[in-house]
Amino acid sequence: MPRILLSGNSAIGEGAIRAGCQCYFGYPITPQNELTEYMATHLSRRKGCSFIQAESELSAINMVYGASVAGVRVMTSSSSPGISLKQEGISYLAACQLPAVIVNMSRGGPGLGSISATQSDYFQSTRGGGHGDYRTIVLAPSSVQELADLTHRAFDLADRYLIPVIILGDSMLGQMMEPVEFHHEVPRRLPVRDQALRGAHGRASRFVKTFTSKPTELEEINWSLFRRYRLIEKKETTCESSLVDDAELVVVAFGIAARIAKGAIRKARSNGLKVGLLRPVTLWPFPSEQVKKTAARTKHFLVFEMNMGQMVEDVKLALDGAGEVGFYGRPGGVIPTPSEVFRVVSREYYQRGLSIER
Amino acid sequence: MLVKMIFAGFGGQGVLSMGLNLAQAAMLEGKHVTYLPAYGAEMRGGTANCTVAISDEEIASPVASAPEFIVAMNQPSQVGFQHHLQSGGLLFVNSSLVEAKIVRGDIELVEVPASRIAEEMGNPRCANMVMLGAFTKKTNLVCFATLITGLESTLQSKKKLLEVNKEALKTGYDFCGAEP
Repeated sequence: MPRILLSGNSAIGEGAIRAGCQCYFGYPITPQNELTEYMATHLSRRKGCSFIQAESELSAINMVYGASVAGVRVMTSSSSPGISLKQEGISYLAACQLPAVIVNMSRGGPGLGSISATQSDYFQSTRGGGHGDYRTIVLAPSSVQELADLTHRAFDLADRYLIPVIILGDSMLGQMMEPVEFHHEVPRRLPVRDQALRGAHGRASRFVKTFTSKPTELEEINWSLFRRYRLIEKKETTCESSLVDDAELVVVAFGIAARIAKGAIRKARSNGLKVGLLRPVTLWPFPSEQVKKTAARTKHFLVFEMNMGQMVEDVKLALDGAGEVGFYGRPGGVIPTPSEVFRVVSREYYQRGLSIER
Repeated sequence: MLVKMIFAGFGGQGVLSMGLNLAQAAMLEGKHVTYLPAYGAEMRGGTANCTVAISDEEIASPVASAPEFIVAMNQPSQVGFQHHLQSGGLLFVNSSLVEAKIVRGDIELVEVPASRIAEEMGNPRCANMVMLGAFTKKTNLVCFATLITGLESTLQSKKKLLEVNKEALKTGYDFCGAEP
C-alpha cells in the first residue's frame, strides 16, 4: 500500500478500522474531533459496525463498557477534560477485565485549559486514573506512523490481557500530517472472546460485575489483576533508545516532546556533545529496566516534558539514586522549540563538566 | 538536508492548502515530510499558519525554530514572522497586501503580487496557488510536475477547480522565472 499524507487523528481512525474495531462511541471535543469525524464517515459505512455520537462522555464510555461485555472490539476518544469524565467508566472496565481502546489527544489543563499540546495527563494515565487499585496500558506515540501502528497494537494488547489501553497523544500529534503506511488489512473475522456475553444458549449463566460483598473475593480479584499486570510489565514494556551507546548525557522524553528533543540532540551532536535519547513507548509499564541499564554507562540524565515534572518521578524511581536527574519542562500548552531544548541540554552538559568531542 | 518553512496569512487565504500541497508533492517525491497547522480557535479573517518540514532523512521535530523560508500572505504575518527567519533565508511576501518594509538586512526578499495576479486572472481566491508556484520556482524543493500531480489527486473530483488552480500555479511559477 502506498504512503498517504494523513493527520494523526485520521491515522488513528484508519488504524482502528484496520485492527477490526467494530464500535466507536464518542462525544466531540477539540482537538480530537477529526477522529470522531473519521469514524463517522468510515466506520459507520462498514457492515456490522456501529458509530454513535453519544450525548455525553459518560454515556460514551458506558457504551464502550456494554460493547466490550458483548465481546466486540471497541474504541472511544476524547481530550483531557473529557477523559476525566470517562474515568469512572475506565475503572469499571478495569475491574471487569474488559478490553477497550481509549484515545486521549490531550490538551492544556487543569480545568478546561487550552486546546494546544501538553503532556500534563501523564499522571492520570499511568496511575490508573479513576478510583481503585488498577492500571491501564498506556502507549505514547511520537509520530503519525506510530499512531497508526500503536492503534493496531492497542487493540491486540487489550484483547490479549483483557485490559483497557490508553493511547496518549496530544493536540500537535493529532493535527500534524505525515506520510503513513498501513501494514494491515481489515480482518475478515475476529475470534469471539471466551467470557463475552452473547446469550446463554442453554449453558449456565455468566456474570460480569464489579461489586462483591465478600472482601476475600475482592482481594482475589485484585490479586489476579496484579498478577496480570506483572506479566504485562515483563512482556510488553517498550522503549526506543537512540545514540545512547556513547552518550554522556541521556535525555528522557516521550511522545511529541521526544521529537523536539531529537532535534535538540542532533544540534548537540553536531557541536560535539555526546547526548542520547531514551523514549518510553509504553508509559505504563514504564521501561524502568532500560533506564536502570543505561545508568551503568552514564549517571547523567535530563528529563524533558511538556508539563512541570511527572514522568521525571518514574525516572527517579527507576534509577533509585543511581543517576543524577535534571528536569526541564514547560506547562500550559506552549510548545518548546528544538533550539530552546538544545540550549537547556548544552547548559546541563557544561555545568556537569562532561567531555566534549573535538 | 532538512528544510523548514512557514506559510502564514489570513484565514481563508488558503495558507494551509499551500503547505498541504507542497507536503503532498514532497511525499510523492519520496522525501520525509511533516505538515503542522497552527491550531487555534480561529475564524475567517483571523490568522492562520502552517509549518512544513522536508528532508532526506527522518525529521526530528515538526516545529521550526528558525525556518529557511517564510511566506507571508498578509502584513501581520510579514511583521510577525520575519524575525523567525534564518539568516540568509528567503522571505516571500504577497506584495499586493504587504506595505511594511522588512527590518532585517540579512534576509532575501521575494516580492510576488499574488493577490493582484490572481485578480487579473479572474480568480482572486487563487492567490495562494500563484504564490506557491512562485515559491516552487524560487526554492526548487519539489518538481513543478509533482506539484501538479499532487494537486490532481487532491482535487480529482473537482475538475473545474483543478484547472483554475493549475493555471494559477503556472502563472506564479512563470512570474518568478521572468525575473532577471
